[in-house]
Amino acid sequence: MGTATETFYSVIRRQGITRRSFHKFCSLTATSLGLGPLAASRIANALETKPRVPVIWMHGLECTCCSESFIRSAHPLVKDAVLSMISLDYDDTIMAAAGHQAEAILDETRAKHKGQYILAVEGNPPLNEGGMFCIDGGKPFVEKLKLMAEDAMAIIAWGACASWGCVQAAKPNPTQATPIDKVITNKPIIKVPGCPPIAEVMTGVVTFITTFGKLPELDRQGRPKMFYSQRIHDKCYRRPHFDAGQFVEEWDDEAARKGYCLYKMGCKGPTTYNACSTVRWNGGVSFPIQSGHGCIGCSEDGFWDKGSFYDRLTTIKQFGIEKNADQIGMVAAGAVGAAVAAHAAVTAVKRLASKREDVDHNS
Amino acid sequence: MGIQTPNGFNLDNSGKRIVVDPVTRIEGHMRVEVNVDADNVIRNAVSTGTMWRGIEVILKNRDPRDAWAFTERICGVCTGTHALTSVRAVENALGITIPENANSIRNLMQLALQVHDHIVHFYHLHALDWVDVVSALSADPRATSTLAQSISNWPLSSPGYFKDLQTRLKKFVESGQLGPFKNGYWGSKAYRLPPEANLMAVAHYLEALDFQKEIVKIHTVFGGKNPHPNWLVGGVPCPINVDGTGAVGAINMERLNLISSIIDRLIEFNEMVYLPDVAAIGSFYKDWLYGGGLSGKSVLSYGDVPEHANDYSAKSLKLPRGAIINGNLSEVFPVDLANPDEIQEFVVHSWYKYPDETKGLHPWDGVTEPNYVLGANAKGTKTAIEQLDEAGKYSWIKAPRWKGHAMEVGPLARWIVGYAQNKAEFKDPVDKFLKDLNLPTSALFSTLGRTAARALESVWAGRQMRYFQDKLVANIKAGDSSTANVDKWKPESWPKEAKGVGFTEAPRGALAHWIKIKDTKIDNYQCVVPTTWNGSPRDPKGNIGAFEASLMNTPMVNPEQPLEILRTIHSFDPCLACSTHVMSPDGQELAKVKVR
Repeated sequence: MGTATETFYSVIRRQGITRRSFHKFCSLTATSLGLGPLAASRIANALETKPRVPVIWMHGLECTCCSESFIRSAHPLVKDAVLSMISLDYDDTIMAAAGHQAEAILDETRAKHKGQYILAVEGNPPLNEGGMFCIDGGKPFVEKLKLMAEDAMAIIAWGACASWGCVQAAKPNPTQATPIDKVITNKPIIKVPGCPPIAEVMTGVVTFITTFGKLPELDRQGRPKMFYSQRIHDKCYRRPHFDAGQFVEEWDDEAARKGYCLYKMGCKGPTTYNACSTVRWNGGVSFPIQSGHGCIGCSEDGFWDKGSFYDRLTTIKQFGIEKNADQIGMVAAGAVGAAVAAHAAVTAVKRLASKREDVDHNS
Repeated sequence: MGIQTPNGFNLDNSGKRIVVDPVTRIEGHMRVEVNVDADNVIRNAVSTGTMWRGIEVILKNRDPRDAWAFTERICGVCTGTHALTSVRAVENALGITIPENANSIRNLMQLALQVHDHIVHFYHLHALDWVDVVSALSADPRATSTLAQSISNWPLSSPGYFKDLQTRLKKFVESGQLGPFKNGYWGSKAYRLPPEANLMAVAHYLEALDFQKEIVKIHTVFGGKNPHPNWLVGGVPCPINVDGTGAVGAINMERLNLISSIIDRLIEFNEMVYLPDVAAIGSFYKDWLYGGGLSGKSVLSYGDVPEHANDYSAKSLKLPRGAIINGNLSEVFPVDLANPDEIQEFVVHSWYKYPDETKGLHPWDGVTEPNYVLGANAKGTKTAIEQLDEAGKYSWIKAPRWKGHAMEVGPLARWIVGYAQNKAEFKDPVDKFLKDLNLPTSALFSTLGRTAARALESVWAGRQMRYFQDKLVANIKAGDSSTANVDKWKPESWPKEAKGVGFTEAPRGALAHWIKIKDTKIDNYQCVVPTTWNGSPRDPKGNIGAFEASLMNTPMVNPEQPLEILRTIHSFDPCLACSTHVMSPDGQELAKVKVR
């Protein structure tokens, strides 16, 4: 309570950001928009007088799971985010206005908040059929997306759709669904992948920007390092069973009931960079592996086209050996498990560097 | 003048044309065009699905055991219901049975989705069609408290509670940044609630936003996450281990207690907040009984929530199964999803091509070839549509028909079928709801009826969850901890060719997937989903679909503000990502056009 009329500036000052850092943020923003120093002071002025950062949340081809995930956030509660932290001026999933009253908000935002709004994109634009596989206001969604990107302060790609293409871009990608960084090429884009991303990761990224007054540090693929720099496998609570060569052999067997490792059931935890095994889901209740199903790798590029979700990760081409785990695994696994353990006790740390082998969304 | 449709509507497109695009507060992309006469009454309605994703094309040649994950991504709002439909289709094709516990757990997940979806739909997608947020600022908190306490014993109802909320809302509005409430239709005469009812509803809007995230934890326990929990062909992936070694990592006592406490809380929310709110709001709109459309004529329900594992007969299904046509409630017809003469899809007004477009095709033999062309009288260009021509092709949604009839599906359809079958668990709550508002049975066939049926169903679903939680525990107690059947897990055990159909009742209506499997891979996959039924364009005979029918003859207070259109369309809870994807048997190459 009570923060509703605070300005963006007063919020970040209260959170310990110096005036100097604040101005640096404004300059960087102006630079990334290709604007001059005058624009920086205009941005600073706006953030000092405008209460909350305007957020424009657009939807392309998607399933709305990212929006649904966002509203699951336990900290902050989504009502506090929307009432006190950001100004969610456009989001076709929840906004009161429709039709031309909705469209008018986009025009107004570009005119009034040039360089001051965050563009959050859920879903992606299809390019086949002149873009008309996703029509918005009678026009191709891709046009609206490009237009709103031009004047955004920062762009967030929510989820696997906006980041990589996701399910509609899986082979043969009939609509030529295209990740947003392929159509917005002149702006840095923060990718927050996952199908969907974890709720608290989503609100964490947004509030990081408003709290620290800067964009999060990104890895080479454009993902915030704070949530996406380690594999599910690195922090999995079932990892000791992997190292010990104790595996589930079939669904609902004794090993499954004891909570052994799901590697042999196709778990993609060893090649998936995400925060599921640490932050976990829905207020920390569980995550896929804890509930007995392997990770399907939903935050990885092209995860739909890497074979069945139940295929073991035997196709990894580059191996690095973790010696201790390997030795322990080999000893414990016994005769039958030995071959598996040999595969299992490798890590796919080099996977990060490997490219999408067989997927090309944009051909 | 005008055209009489075979299903009984008089269409007149001579009046002023109003376009609403995008229709917001729905899942996906949709457009509505209507013509209003000199009195601003809607005399022609055109609903258009404006997206296509092609997921069934993508499914071809994949492992049938993976299909649940792909189809689950058809929709993140009704998350899980496509996955459940998919595993049922594969199990039906391959003759796989599931353990009793898996049936109870699936029902718990499906019912949790019903409750979650209904609550989020009412408060966050639909309420702003009835509730004027800005009017809440002028409410008297004390009178609001009196109102709230007169309709329910819900504890968050003190004058101070409403005063604090109003203060927060005031600060929010005074900031000049209205966020999602910006450019709303505040102050419109189409809003009828007194300020106190508006304030109470805004309070519950925010409470429901807090609470909905608790409901889905049931998915997280059994499926690991929400949205998009994990499912399994042959059962459920979560093992049960109540007191053995490793129990702490499986469905154990702590997990069962968590589920149970969530069920208690959602029953409370349904019965102390949701249903009383709908009744209270309904009491101010009880003479606004527009929007009935097809509901008083033709409704369809496949049924769902099997009492017994592997028994999908009408007798086992707790949500009713059947079809009603021509408004004759005294006869409920059986429905056969495998019969090629019952469910058929037409494309004469959809952006697809058939060899013979006068005929419909059963989903097992479905063909889809995108064919994006506008009708001769459309205005604008192919990539800048100003006005569609409903005499030509005008939607990415196909037109499914049951024995040639356009049907409405959804909570209201289910409850009408249950009512017509004289089932007390459906008939009694409906009669009580109507009696309390002093309305006749016919009032059920309306936008308000659709919204009420959804609330009644949420109450029903909460009670059913208690039943299946108890059943699960009793079965474990009796010594059965099985959750998966792996006899036919390996593709080597499958026949060379197989076909099957799986169905559910998604929150927004009847949903089915048809699958053909060949050489252990998917050969053909078709989904006919609730919004394909409800959002259907016209068919070759000229029958209009449920959305279009529901808008007919509704007067608008101000045609510039499409509040009445939104209210009625939202009452169906449209899901456009679901409705608009179909499969070509050969996954044909599509034309590529570069944009700019």
